[in-house]
Amino acid sequence: MDWHAVADGLFDRGHDIVAVDDLLSGTGHCGDTAFAVVGSTNHAEIGVELTLAMAKRVVATMRDHPGRPILFLVDTQGQRLRHRDELLGIHRYMAHLAQCVELARARGHRVLALVYDQALSGGFLASGMMADLCAALPHAEIRVMNLPAMARVTRLPEERLRALAATSPVFAPGAENYAQMGAIDALWAGDLATHLMAALRDAPTTDTRRDVGRARGGRKLAAAIAERAASE
Amino acid sequence: MQSYYEATARERIAGILDPGSWHEILPPTARTLSPHLKALDLPVAFDDGVVIGSGALEGLPVLVAAQEGGFMGGAVGEVQGAKIVGLFERAKAARVAGVVLLLETGGVRLQEANAGLIAVSEVIRAICATRVRGIPVVAAIGGKFGCFGGMGIAAGCCTSIVMSEEGRLGLSGPEVIETAHGVEEFDSLDRALVWRTVGGKHRFLLGDCATLVDDRQPAFRSALAQAVRTGEELELASLEREQRTLDERLERFGAYTDGEDIWRDLGFDKPANVPLLATDALIALSKRLRAA
Repeated sequence: MDWHAVADGLFDRGHDIVAVDDLLSGTGHCGDTAFAVVGSTNHAEIGVELTLAMAKRVVATMRDHPGRPILFLVDTQGQRLRHRDELLGIHRYMAHLAQCVELARARGHRVLALVYDQALSGGFLASGMMADLCAALPHAEIRVMNLPAMARVTRLPEERLRALAATSPVFAPGAENYAQMGAIDALWAGDLATHLMAALRDAPTTDTRRDVGRARGGRKLAAAIAERAASE
Repeated sequence: MQSYYEATARERIAGILDPGSWHEILPPTARTLSPHLKALDLPVAFDDGVVIGSGALEGLPVLVAAQEGGFMGGAVGEVQGAKIVGLFERAKAARVAGVVLLLETGGVRLQEANAGLIAVSEVIRAICATRVRGIPVVAAIGGKFGCFGGMGIAAGCCTSIVMSEEGRLGLSGPEVIETAHGVEEFDSLDRALVWRTVGGKHRFLLGDCATLVDDRQPAFRSALAQAVRTGEELELASLEREQRTLDERLERFGAYTDGEDIWRDLGFDKPANVPLLATDALIALSKRLRAA
């Protein structure tokens, strides 16, 4: 999915978002609200440089535009799987980004995310999954790992996983399953600007995903177990 | 059991907390087991591979979660993640000096796929939210399976990390990288290479763990207590400092291909000897080099 079309749909009053390599950044205007936009494109592999560039943008927003909402536009094939990234401590770069998002939230920035193409595991954890509210376009793909690789790692037969994926939101990729499990708030079809403003209004400031997953029936135990661990 | 590396999750808790102070929450008798593993006819654990509870660490009231590497390599599934998240919820209400995470994990439990990924995400958010409230979250890494995947990010979000030389910390495990790009990219069977890349000493020299300790439970115990006492708050100034630190790291070390290159740049004239140095000697030497 071309990010230009997505950005044009979201920001009815215009935007100055640019792509530099795989990094998206800029400001978008929807109604009277300005959004700091940060994200990735070209199914980016998220390595140390890109992670740091995204964090820098969040830090700058906190410093220069206190309270301005932040929107992550997510398109990633996951973290970059290279020796160099591990040597340099990519986990810490990702943790830094995650903490930047958390602090932004604590300082009164609403943080939203839209998976407009694909989202995979590590590349998604420190960005979209840290947001107050994460939405997806209906055709978006969200997954931990593809089924053949999952079959290799878990030593479970691929046919078995394929059969499970057909019936269980736990195994199947796809934004719809993540919505059932509570990690995606909604699939945005139609007018994106309307969805964006509604999300800005309704986004929770605490992590309610396990409650949503329970209410939608896609993740039955997480909320109940967490409640017991908190109170028993 | 003196070795942290060899100990089970419960032995680590016994080795680290003040005697008689431990109270386990949702113990195995609560039978909180994974519905997803059961559906796959895989073995389950009554605690789902994580032990949570409250206790005292050198007199400090703390909440503790300890992952059991012996069960699915400590991988996080729906139930395990929910137990840890619930513990952090508890930290909101209880008067605690900190939350201690004894991490040993490969990250997302792939047998629980999407549920595992979301669980890890909820743990990361719970750690960050707890820190924002001013409660320190400290992590220990020194077990056989290291700390990888999304839980490597979780560790990085903690106030402070205590590691032993035997500990390993990263995002993508060496096997995952080798599978993706071949043995020339990362030979996962080359133990020395693995330790030069993700091992405790390298993480300490880079500053990714605040404290390096010997593989002894009492050493972990006092380092964790110290980490709880000195917890730094999460604020804009600290994140701006971190931004500069990580920027400078890329600038200074970004072209290197091996841990030894980095250690040489840090001032170790015989980087090949770093793996041979005793913990104390390494700490003393790195202090001298930093002062110079």
